[in-house]
Amino acid sequence: MIKKNNRIFNNLYGFESPYLKYASKRGDWKDTKKILKNKPSYLIDIVTKSGLRGRGGAGFSTGMKWSFMPKDGNKQHYLVINADEGEPGTCKDRDIIRNEPHKLIEGCLLSAYAINASKCYIYIRGEFFNEAAILQKAIDEAYEAGFIGKNSCGSDFDFDLYLHYGSGAYVCGEETALIESLEGKKGQPRLKPPFPANVGLYGMPTTVNNVETIAVIPTILRKGSDWFSGMGTKNNSGSKIFCISGQVNKPCNVEEELGVPLKYLIQKYAGDVIGGWNNLLAVVPGGSSVPLLPKHVCEDVLMDFDSLKNSGSGLGTAGIIVINKQTNIVKFIARLSEFYKHESCGQCTPCREGTGWLMRMMDRIVHGNVSEDEIELLEEVTHQIEGHTICALGDAAAWPIQGLLKHFKNDILKSIEKKSKVA
Amino acid sequence: MVEIFINGKPFEVEDGITVIQACEQAGEEIPRFCYHEKLSIAGNCRMCLVEMENSAKPVASCAMPVAKGMKIKTNSEMVMKARKGVMEFLLINHPLDCPICDQGGECDLQDQAMAYGSGIGRYVEQKRAVKDKNLGPLIQTHMTRCIHCTRCIRFAEEVAGNDQLGSLNRGEDTEITSFLEKSIDSEMSANVIDLCPVGALTSKPYEFLARPWELKKTQTIDVFDAVGSNVRIDSKGDQILRVLPRINEEINDEWISDKTRFAYDGLNFQRINKFYMRDSNNKLTESSEEDAIQLINSRLQTKNKNDIASIVGNSVDCESIFSFKLLLDKIGALNYDCRQDESFFLPNQRSSYIFNSTISGIDESDLCILIGTDIKKEAPVLSSRIRQRFLNYEKSYQILRIGKQNKTIFNTIDLGIDSKSLLKLKEKKYTEILKKSKKPMFILGQGAMCAEDSESIFNYSLMVYHKYSKNDKWNGFNILQNYAGRVGGLDLGFFNKKNVISRSMIKKIYSGKFKTLFLLSADELDFEKIPKNTFVIYFGHHGDRAVKRADLIIPISCFTEKEGIYVNLEGRPQISRQIKLPLPDVNHFSDFIKKISHALNVDLNFKSFDDLRQLMFHHNEHLSRINKISYSKLHKEKKVKNNLLNTEIFSPIKNFYMTDSVSRSSPIMSECSLNFFSK
Repeated sequence: MIKKNNRIFNNLYGFESPYLKYASKRGDWKDTKKILKNKPSYLIDIVTKSGLRGRGGAGFSTGMKWSFMPKDGNKQHYLVINADEGEPGTCKDRDIIRNEPHKLIEGCLLSAYAINASKCYIYIRGEFFNEAAILQKAIDEAYEAGFIGKNSCGSDFDFDLYLHYGSGAYVCGEETALIESLEGKKGQPRLKPPFPANVGLYGMPTTVNNVETIAVIPTILRKGSDWFSGMGTKNNSGSKIFCISGQVNKPCNVEEELGVPLKYLIQKYAGDVIGGWNNLLAVVPGGSSVPLLPKHVCEDVLMDFDSLKNSGSGLGTAGIIVINKQTNIVKFIARLSEFYKHESCGQCTPCREGTGWLMRMMDRIVHGNVSEDEIELLEEVTHQIEGHTICALGDAAAWPIQGLLKHFKNDILKSIEKKSKVA
Repeated sequence: MVEIFINGKPFEVEDGITVIQACEQAGEEIPRFCYHEKLSIAGNCRMCLVEMENSAKPVASCAMPVAKGMKIKTNSEMVMKARKGVMEFLLINHPLDCPICDQGGECDLQDQAMAYGSGIGRYVEQKRAVKDKNLGPLIQTHMTRCIHCTRCIRFAEEVAGNDQLGSLNRGEDTEITSFLEKSIDSEMSANVIDLCPVGALTSKPYEFLARPWELKKTQTIDVFDAVGSNVRIDSKGDQILRVLPRINEEINDEWISDKTRFAYDGLNFQRINKFYMRDSNNKLTESSEEDAIQLINSRLQTKNKNDIASIVGNSVDCESIFSFKLLLDKIGALNYDCRQDESFFLPNQRSSYIFNSTISGIDESDLCILIGTDIKKEAPVLSSRIRQRFLNYEKSYQILRIGKQNKTIFNTIDLGIDSKSLLKLKEKKYTEILKKSKKPMFILGQGAMCAEDSESIFNYSLMVYHKYSKNDKWNGFNILQNYAGRVGGLDLGFFNKKNVISRSMIKKIYSGKFKTLFLLSADELDFEKIPKNTFVIYFGHHGDRAVKRADLIIPISCFTEKEGIYVNLEGRPQISRQIKLPLPDVNHFSDFIKKISHALNVDLNFKSFDDLRQLMFHHNEHLSRINKISYSKLHKEKKVKNNLLNTEIFSPIKNFYMTDSVSRSSPIMSECSLNFFSK
């Protein structure tokens, strides 16, 4: 388990002020100039070696993502920070922005330097009003201190950072939809290829990274890749903020090493499941978009990208939603279906039409107004959506239901049977 | 070229195309809704999914560029399942109203549901209903049928240059709508009717009139402007029911203007079907063919043939003009012209009145200079083509404009409204632009060619053109004609050189120099200025402006009732086909000329229409090369005294929807005019 001095976000709980005076006491902006003296390729190298995987959900190697940016040519490069944290069950980026904004800003500078982007946009979720105010103040501080702006930190690197407010669409957390929205268009995902690294914001090479990914960059560059890869498990190195919510006694955010057992996380940090561990029904381990895990899997599953994938779920954003036996699990998934129906951008057919269909069927299952064949149909519809859409929102709508049917189908069928007997 | 494998078979395809195009070339059919060759790629219908090796998910073939060694499967189980799934999704919220839908029988969704759908619906929930939108007098909407392919939005944005269409809301609630429910104000708007793969956008005038399989389809050309768009006219019995574009990448791609599409209903109104003569009470009374011929001949037999003037209208076919010319030449009445506006041209230089670069030359040009033209109204199809060039040419395609600053669908750099602003082309700012250009394109509109100082404008522009265009293979000096019959008339030599040079023909008509005036469908003169003592004989098919003044009216058939050759603005002869029979007892013009010549005892050397055409080909060999453009050499400019004026040059076309006797008689065009035209 994580050693206390290995924690990156020491002010995650906001016990200290987020602003520069205290942030620099915590080690932010220390010798940043020295890091900027290295070549960009050296920075990319360290990040690649550290094994840092994107913290936004997909878990793609950050160093590799950076290396896709074109090395030659005189096009403007952009770094875009995805702070449109909207995944149900996830609230890590908000706390980083609220309590550790300078880590993010410093990360922006260093990452932008690595990919040769002189401009960076932070696309922040519109609902994070207070957080945005804090972040803006922190940005102003950084400008004033000369950390960013012309000749950032006394280097030759000119860097500008802008904060942009989203308007509360979940789909704008998808990187290409975010780019569209940032350009002032309707937030609808773009087709890939071309990938943003080639044609991104305003048609220029762009890298889109999650807040957490960027916020850990300065610490990695200071402490070295070995330190970071020394934490966690193989291919899942480093620490990560886990957000534990749902039916636990103490919902919380906590930074832990990847590969920590789920049970340990819930019991150690969140004060266990309400009603005790044996009252656990299921856990959604990575934000609402991943399939749930039933209790018997939760007993010994490790919280990292690969272990969870092998257990039929995913780490996603590490937003752990704990569900105990007093919860109507069907109702829970039906609420998620409604969410995805509401947030579908409407661009491509399977998601636009399918999410509504799923929601209506789930609704009927909740009310018991459904026949056994329709459970098969429901499953088939999820497979008709999955993998056929432009972005991952279609998959995200399908997976929770697939998880439900995989583990709780018999319960549903039993309840249908019971209902029909009563009738 | 790259090698790819489609269903296991190797194919050599061009680099840079998409998988759907490659599959098409390989003869594999891929169903699609949102994909359209002429529009940008949206990839949102997901109907064109195919299996690609090394990809866990099926990929959208419309958006995936081909790559070397790519292995594509178009009929694997995965693909079939994906298509079936997408089809089901498209149908769950699509109403089952095919029996009352105008698109029935030519509906992509209907056809593809037959081919790829499952036959039974499994969706038992409530279906979506969407409020219909009002998009103006041309486009009927049934928005519940919409499958959100966004073709209409992309068309409006990319081709029509009009951003009034868009989608509102998201997810299931997405609606295609115009901004604040305004009707789409564009000369090209109705093309969205063809683009819509379902019955969401249909034609308002054609609503509930016919099923596509009942219609007789005639492949012909459009004569409402000089572009010569290729169209298909669908008729049922004697009625023309609709006009659709035909694909011709050299001319109109696959778009037509709203006038081309909808002015046809003017052919049913205000038709002249009898002979009329003006009596002593200034009233038109019915007459007979014999009386008319007798009267005409007595006029033709006058001693002084200089008393006779003849004017041919703007959209007359070559055969008619030629037969008229034969007769007039034979009797020696040489005061004739085919230009009511006396626009400038050089009699012995064909390149001085045609669009030399050709329409497809727009796609090669790298600079455009518009002089005295409101191209959006004069030739909407060309305007869209320039817009596409403007959008595709890496954003450095510049368009300079001299003349009235009408609305355009591309950004222009305005030099000024008068012809004197041409001199600004000497300024360093502009010479730099000109110097950079390898293929500059000048477009001189009729606003410039009809201006008082048109000769100076012409020669000055030509001088600038020659100065900067060093490429021998490129001829980018273009005259934009506005009327379908103009180039044909000039090609046939239907003008009097003396009058052309002195530009005095119309003046002479107004001053009463001529005792007899023959008008062949010429409606654009100022008839009030024609003095009382001139005897006006009008050949025409519509009771429009000229009949108010005409002393003798001869009914003739209109362009849909006969075959005829029209030469478009590029100088490309095309055949307009007969769609229906003429009205009872109405002659084709050339037949009537034959009757006159018989009565006069003059032999015009043709017995039938075919004879006439062969004779015309004999005299004008280039007209026989149907659909081909004959090369015309661009001459050096003449050194004339520069007297560019500082009066505004503006397009002669003010109301796009009413430019000739047919469109002025069309109720649909009147409605458009009310909706979209503001003075």
